Amino acid sequence: MLRPARYALAATAGLALILAAAAPTAAAGKLQVKIDNLVFAPAKLTAHVGDTVEWTNADFVAHTATAKDGSFDVALPAGKTGSTVLKKAGHFDYYCKFHPNMKAEIDVVAK
Amino acid sequence: MNKVILTAGAAVIALAWGFSAQAADAPKLNDAQIAHIAYTAGVIDLKNAELAEKKTKNADVKAFAEDMEKDHKAVNEKALALCKKLGVTPEDNDTSKSLVKGQDEARAKLEKLDGAAFDKAYADNEVAYHDAVNTALEKTLIPNTSNKELKDLLETGLKIFQGHEEHAKTLDAKLK
Ligand SMILES: [Cu+2]
Repeated sequence: MLRPARYALAATAGLALILAAAAPTAAAGKLQVKIDNLVFAPAKLTAHVGDTVEWTNADFVAHTATAKDGSFDVALPAGKTGSTVLKKAGHFDYYCKFHPNMKAEIDVVAK
Repeated sequence: MNKVILTAGAAVIALAWGFSAQAADAPKLNDAQIAHIAYTAGVIDLKNAELAEKKTKNADVKAFAEDMEKDHKAVNEKALALCKKLGVTPEDNDTSKSLVKGQDEARAKLEKLDGAAFDKAYADNEVAYHDAVNTALEKTLIPNTSNKELKDLLETGLKIFQGHEEHAKTLDAKLK
């Protein structure tokens, strides 16, 4: 079973509380996707507009995270990370340009 | 015993591309031979990519060939390093030889073509070649590999090459 990705804590709990009290919108989160052996994990992600998705490529070949509709196209060299900020709500299917058998998706909901 | 299960269609392609050494009564391939076949298959696609990079004027074809070059180099470097670590010396064999012969002939034909005709023929050959290699990896080479690390690397290689095959099909469909 794949463990669904949760928001990485952007700040300590205390700071988060202060931010939540001070600002009408919560701090943007950071979500992690790992690529290992040509598999995006988790393959399905739910995020909010403004969140950052960071992909970590653990493979020895380069990959990409490329949205089908062109919303994002992130280069992921071997052993490196890459990220994008999710700017609009919607359902995004994405794949690797070099290995189109690698597929995953992100649901982006409004804050 | 070495059971080779190939579908009729795959068998025809495999035979056409030189995977004929795995006849029912053929001796079982050992890891040194399997490593040689996998490495050779990569070297061949590197040569195909070099030819395409030299000849094509199509940006998609060029990008595809460059992707092939990077990935096959990376896989072959891993394979060589693993063989060294395991103390395995890749051993030439009939399957490797017929693979080389088949693709030498295919490249000789490609050499004579130019422009769109070259691009299409290169893409067609990449689809067929990756399909043949992937079928051989999946049905014959991986099941016969004894060493766990070599098997793991071949399985990763298979996923990479299946990606190439899909990429090649998309490219091929775009070319006239
Ligand atoms: Cu990839």
